[in-house]
Amino acid sequence: MQNKSPQPARDVSQIVDNSAHPSPATPDIQQLTGAEIIMKCLIAEGVKTIFGYPGGAIMPIYDHLYDYQDQLQHILVRHEQGATHAAQGFARASGQVGVVFATSGPGATNLVTGLADAMIDSTPMVCITGQVFAHLLGTDAFQEIDVMNITTPVTKWNCQVTDARELQAAMAKAFYIARTGRPGPVLIDVTKNAQLQLTDFTPYEPCRRLRSYRPKPIVRPEFIEQAAELINAAERPFIIWGQGVLLGRAESEFKDFVEKSGIPAAWTILGVSALPTDHPQNVGMLGMHGNYGPNVLTNQCDVLIAIGMRFDDRVTGRLDKYAKQAKIVHLDIDPSEIDKNVKATVGVWGDCKETLPLLTQMIEKRDHSAWIERFHDCMQEEIATVIQPELHPEGPVLSMGEVIRNLNELTQGEAIIVTDVGQHQMVAIRYAQFNQPNSNITSGGLGTMGFALPAAIGAKYGAPDRTVVAVIGDGGFQMTIQELAVIMQEKVNVKILILNNNYLGMVRQWQELFHERRYSFVDMQNPDFVAIAKGYSIEGQTITERQDLKPALDAMLKHNGAYLLNIMVGKENNVFPMVPQGCGVAEIRLK
Amino acid sequence: MKQEYTITIYTENQVGLLARIAMIFTRRKINIESMNSSPSEVEDIFRFTIVVHETEELLRKLVRQIEKQVEVLKAYFNTNDEIVWQELALYKVPTDIIAEKVVVERLLRTYGARAVLIRNDYTVFEVSGHREETDKLLEVLEPFGLIEFVRSARVAIIKGSHDFHERLREFEAAEPGESVSTNAFLDQQEAVFSM
Ligand SMILES: Cc1ncc(C[n+]2csc(CCOP(=O)(O)OP(=O)(O)O)c2C)c(N)n1
Repeated sequence: MQNKSPQPARDVSQIVDNSAHPSPATPDIQQLTGAEIIMKCLIAEGVKTIFGYPGGAIMPIYDHLYDYQDQLQHILVRHEQGATHAAQGFARASGQVGVVFATSGPGATNLVTGLADAMIDSTPMVCITGQVFAHLLGTDAFQEIDVMNITTPVTKWNCQVTDARELQAAMAKAFYIARTGRPGPVLIDVTKNAQLQLTDFTPYEPCRRLRSYRPKPIVRPEFIEQAAELINAAERPFIIWGQGVLLGRAESEFKDFVEKSGIPAAWTILGVSALPTDHPQNVGMLGMHGNYGPNVLTNQCDVLIAIGMRFDDRVTGRLDKYAKQAKIVHLDIDPSEIDKNVKATVGVWGDCKETLPLLTQMIEKRDHSAWIERFHDCMQEEIATVIQPELHPEGPVLSMGEVIRNLNELTQGEAIIVTDVGQHQMVAIRYAQFNQPNSNITSGGLGTMGFALPAAIGAKYGAPDRTVVAVIGDGGFQMTIQELAVIMQEKVNVKILILNNNYLGMVRQWQELFHERRYSFVDMQNPDFVAIAKGYSIEGQTITERQDLKPALDAMLKHNGAYLLNIMVGKENNVFPMVPQGCGVAEIRLK
Repeated sequence: MKQEYTITIYTENQVGLLARIAMIFTRRKINIESMNSSPSEVEDIFRFTIVVHETEELLRKLVRQIEKQVEVLKAYFNTNDEIVWQELALYKVPTDIIAEKVVVERLLRTYGARAVLIRNDYTVFEVSGHREETDKLLEVLEPFGLIEFVRSARVAIIKGSHDFHERLREFEAAEPGESVSTNAFLDQQEAVFSM
């Protein structure tokens, strides 16, 4: 850097010291640096855990963090992407906002994947990035990038703070926006001068309102009435629900609605644990690798009631062949979701925690068991052709499904299952049993390989009393494998289950089915995962035989601390059923 | 059916909001035909006017995506018969031609052009009106040595927007916007040592 009069580093704080603001006499107003104000705001927001990685532009913040270690636990990840996924896992397991620290430039760009993932899966997260001194913005200074413009499409809100006097308001706004309405990731970029600048810290005031921001639309009774009318008149109504039920903490309101209405209900992969897997009206999974009945009968129901879900194309298949016969009732907190993909006959705007009880009140108690029976019939067919061979395979080769079946038997559906992306994800979510909400953590909308390991670490911090099992493919594991170091250093008790087929399995499956088995760059020579785990002081073993499966899973779960179990499964097994891309849901293939 | 729509957006005065709004269009490969941003009649509230040629269904979705942005107060979309609008065009023409050719003078008169700068070498005229009007003048002036032409974005007033104006004033009275503070450190370039 060119400086007309180079000065020693220790002078920085004096130069940026805002001496125009004399220390006030009022006892509840303190003079603090911007960096310390951030600590105070985090503590006031109830934050206890931060996932982060330091660097030049965020050093003043880390310098203060050193003094706040007793109140703010910082987990040093090994790559900033890991910090974002850990914060996501934390948020999804705990329902609280996940917090991330990263430095400017490459630190900030490494956050982009996690921000995008949190954006599309509506995960509340606040990322704080350091930025170069304000006067260097736009000069291509060392590690200066345009974080604001890079992160705009992947954040619910972002803002750059160049003056410490704006920090408190920005922090309060950030947490408020991340947490309320349809949650999402927020980023605050703080220039180094603002971190160093001294300014007044007044008692922290959380943000409660922003005039331009309506977190929840006002509930309109007439739409509830219209929805109830449709539901009461329906002969074959069908509920499909998504993560909105979990995000709205409306599991019990949802259960009341389901039970009074007597309607069969199916889930998206992000919604799954809102209703226990064994609930008699839970008829299974929607979408590309979902259950047979929910897909086929979507095109036979007369009223489709969508709750807190967004009609993603992986759920709907071809839109012009999706539920064309049905009247659609769509409940969502985000008005822009209504009519976005599927036109609603009645759109019920609002938080389902508020709308569901109103709707439950207005509907008649019904019994739709004859209609539910049709789902069971479909299930019988699916069991015979797909599920039985997957869960109880005849040959010597281990299947992913039987691993999950054995896991269920041992955990009894009480564990948090964190999945990566690929075949193992679909199999795990299809077959895992969930008794409690917030038990399934996966990358749904973005399908980010590498999500599971750091997300499992975060989930353990978010729900320390629960068993956390990360189910990961051999491909995805190697995308964020470096986070094993966090497990070692912080002694994080997560169970790592690698379903190892030596392939990028899901891509291979598509190549087999749709590209004449031309296996283009999907086979992998993998390292010895157990040896790698050993290198990180993590116990583990590899198994290949069925007789070892259950004992090995049991040993993994009982082990005092983290454990890696590498299970060699069928190399060319496929996930079925499947709605091929470009087909309607009723064209679902059982094989 | 695709047709011309004018989108009016009321927002907080926030750096970066323009990019956020523009992204909603570019991400969906929607061509912005014209875009104007200006203060509104209410202090601290900004107004964007955007013109696109799209279907009503798409507009409905776009406007919801726009309103979803945290710092957007309200967004509307209107067809041309629901608004009054103008665009402003400037034409730079050699002064001698105007002096010599009566037809040029007559043309300028017909189109209601107003001289905003007169020099020995050239004169700058201004016309405001709809696109067809300013285009037409451009076309007829072309053969006479037109030196330069520029046209502004559309500005529009919604004929039935009375209610929202009231609401905006109430907003601002109840909760005045934060005025953006200027940054002292941006001016201290030399004094600051940086890493
Ligand atoms: C970051 C990223 N890159 C590429 C993909 C595309 N992709 C989807 S599934 C998959 C294969 C995953 O293989 P593996 O982790 O071994 O899991 P498996 O499907 O074998 O269970 C790939 C490459 C992706 N989802 N994410």
